[in-house]
Amino acid sequence: MCNDCGCGDPALVPVDVHERLLAGNDRVAAHNRAHFQDAGVLAINLMGSPGAGKTTLLEATARAFQGKTRLGAMSGDLATDRDGERLRLAGIPAKTVTTGTSCHLDATLVHDTLHDMAWQKSDIFFLENVGNLVCPAIYDLGQAANVVVLSVVEGEDKPLKYPVMFKDCDLVLINKVDLLPHLPQVSLQGFTDALSRVMPEPRWLAVSGWTGDGMDAWVAWLNARRPVRKVPRVSVKLA
Amino acid sequence: MHELSVAQALLERAEAICRAEKARAVRRIQLRVGELAGIEKRQLAAAFAAIREGTLCAHATLAFHDVAAVWSCPTCRVDVPRGAPLRCPTCGRPAVLMAGDALLLERVELEVQDV
Ligand SMILES: Nc1nc2c(ncn2[C@@H]2O[C@H](COP(=O)(O)OP(=O)(O)OP(=O)(O)O)[C@@H](O)[C@H]2O)c(=O)[nH]1
Ligand SMILES: [Mg+2]
Ligand SMILES: [Zn+2]
Ligand SMILES: [Zn+2]
Ligand SMILES: [Zn+2]
Repeated sequence: MCNDCGCGDPALVPVDVHERLLAGNDRVAAHNRAHFQDAGVLAINLMGSPGAGKTTLLEATARAFQGKTRLGAMSGDLATDRDGERLRLAGIPAKTVTTGTSCHLDATLVHDTLHDMAWQKSDIFFLENVGNLVCPAIYDLGQAANVVVLSVVEGEDKPLKYPVMFKDCDLVLINKVDLLPHLPQVSLQGFTDALSRVMPEPRWLAVSGWTGDGMDAWVAWLNARRPVRKVPRVSVKLA
Repeated sequence: MHELSVAQALLERAEAICRAEKARAVRRIQLRVGELAGIEKRQLAAAFAAIREGTLCAHATLAFHDVAAVWSCPTCRVDVPRGAPLRCPTCGRPAVLMAGDALLLERVELEVQDV
C-alpha cells in the first residue's frame, strides 16, 4: 500500500457487528407488544396459506363468542378490502392493511394501522396475516401468540416443507375437517405426525370454520390466554 | 418476496456502519443464515444486487455463513436426529432449537483510504 500519496489500494478495516438483520422490525414489534399488554388486549397473529380459511374462521369465531367478548381485527391483503368487509359484516370491527407488493405484515404496518383504529376497545385482536406460509413467519408483530391455520386439503406434508412457519407456532388450527370424508388419502394423524417433527410441543385443534366444529375448544384456548386488564381502558393512549 | 425488505434493512445498516467509521465503501458483508432463519440466500443476494447500485455497497460482496438446525434435549443435551419428532430420544422431553434460526449481520469489511 502506498503511504505517501494516498493513491494506492485502500486498507480494509473489518467491523464485527453481530446484530439481528430484522432488529428494526423487532424494536417496533416490542413497542406494539407493550401497547397490547398495557391495554390488556390479547393479540393473535393468524397465519396460513392463501385460502386456508383464516377469514372464515374469524367469522365463525365471532359467532362462537356471541358478542360476549369484544373482537377486533386487521387483515393483511395484497390488493383488496374483501377480508376487512367480510369481518365487519360478521360484526368484528376490522381494517384491511393493503400491503401492495409485500407478502407479509410487518410491525410498522401494524403500528400504523393501529393508530387509526379503536383497537383498545377489543378484548381479543386478530392480526390476519397475508396468505403465505413463508414470509410472515420471520416478522414479529407484537402478538401474544402465533396461530397457524392449516387446512386438510393442503396436504399432510406442508409442515415438513415450511418448518419455519411452525417452529414458533403456539397453536395449529387444522381446518376444513368437514372435508375429511371426501379425502380418503388424508388423515388427521398424518398432519399431527408431520407437526411433531417441526414443533417441539405440537398443539393443535381440529376445526371447521364452515360447520363450526371445534369452535368451543378454540374459544376456550383464546379465553385461557386473555390477560387481566391492568389499567382502565379509557386511559390507554397510543404513543 | 420478503428478501427484498431484508436486503433493504441490510443495505441501510451496512451504509450506516460505513459512514460511522468514515470509510469510503463497503467491500464485503458477512451474514449468518440459519437453516431455519426463513431466508432464501439466492433471493437475498439477487435483491441486494438490485438495490445497491450507487450506494456505498455498490461493490460489496455478500458472504454467507450457513448454520444447520440443531434440536437438542435441554436436559440430556442429546441431539434429535434430523427429520425425527422433536422429542429427546432418551428422556422424551420437548427439544429446544440450539442453532439454526439466526439471521445476523456478522461483520462488514470497509475500505478506508490509507494514510
Ligand atoms: N368446506 C370448508 N370450506 C372452508 C372452510 N373454511 C374456509 N373454507 C372455504 O375456503 C375458501 C377460502 O376461505 P377464506 O376464509 O377466504 O381463506 P383465507 O385463509 O382467509 O384466505 P386469504 O385471506 O385469501 O389468504 C372459501 O371458499 C371458504 O368458504 C371449512 O372449514 N370447510
Ligand atoms: Mg382471508
Ligand atoms: Zn405507538
Ligand atoms: Zn416474501
Ligand atoms: Zn433428554
